[in-house]
Amino acid sequence: MSQLFHLGDRVRVIASHPPGHRRTPYYCRGKIGQIERVCGEHRNPEELAYGFDGMPLRRLYRVRFKQSEIWDQYKGQEHDTVDIDIYEHWLRPA
Amino acid sequence: MVDEDKKDKTDHGHVHDHDDMDSTAHALEHIHDHDRQFQPDIEDEPVKRYELMVYAIRELLLEKGYVTQDEIRKARETLDSWQPSRGAQIVARAWVDPGFKQRLLADGNEAMSDFGVDAGGAKLTVLENTDEVQNVVVCTLCSCYPRAVLGLPPDWYRSKAYRARVVVEPREVLKEFGTDIPDEVTVRVHDSLADLRYLVIPKRPKGTDDWSEEELAAIVTRDSMVGVVNPQVS
Repeated sequence: MSQLFHLGDRVRVIASHPPGHRRTPYYCRGKIGQIERVCGEHRNPEELAYGFDGMPLRRLYRVRFKQSEIWDQYKGQEHDTVDIDIYEHWLRPA
Repeated sequence: MVDEDKKDKTDHGHVHDHDDMDSTAHALEHIHDHDRQFQPDIEDEPVKRYELMVYAIRELLLEKGYVTQDEIRKARETLDSWQPSRGAQIVARAWVDPGFKQRLLADGNEAMSDFGVDAGGAKLTVLENTDEVQNVVVCTLCSCYPRAVLGLPPDWYRSKAYRARVVVEPREVLKEFGTDIPDEVTVRVHDSLADLRYLVIPKRPKGTDDWSEEELAAIVTRDSMVGVVNPQVS
């Protein structure tokens, strides 16, 4: 499986709200972050949840977001971040 | 229908003759079951839907011979044996052995195998607190937690309040844990949602340079490895 993103790439989480078991939290959907780490390929938990085999494997990334990008009203510091584990099929180039 | 005759005799439904008793006997006489507070038994709670399903599946697996009662018991015993002291030993080693720390940060599963830790399918990911960064771990969707090194998660970690608030206002939440993070330090929240499990290496406190690995492990608490507090030297 070819790797779509690399360390430092800017990515946008797709702003989609499909029903079912999803491991991408609502608060980061549609937001832009940066690939912090590439974390290998794993069975897709969104399929495993329903008893399927989770194949094909999905590449997992850690994406770093500035808190101020996620929350309009963030009261902390500009340099604060939240790192989220996100599967490749939820990401698009930004 | 109320028996008027009984009702007249006493408010407890039976008769005392108070005049013949001293005060201790009087007090004892008044201890009735209905005055005591009993601690509820585990089984007193109504059975929830998912508990019922677990019972049903367990019975089926036993009945079909896929597992034995003893295997289930052993699995639970193993799970309960996982304690934060395992994580503390790993952190203490990382503090005293830079080579080990590098391995740990590069590949948690590989380095932790030195301590006999088998995380199953989970990818153990280690984060280091520094003068510049305070790492804090949460699972906003459920309660993903590095059980192989910290045991079962505390109630606060699973609470909705922690899961919802620590991503939105981490500095305020840490303050409530008694941890003040200076403005110049970056607060880095890690939302553990998928196949990764996070362990924080807290900052080694000053004044511990000549401490043994064992002494160091004793000050590494569970909460410090989630990142909500920093180890203290009293």
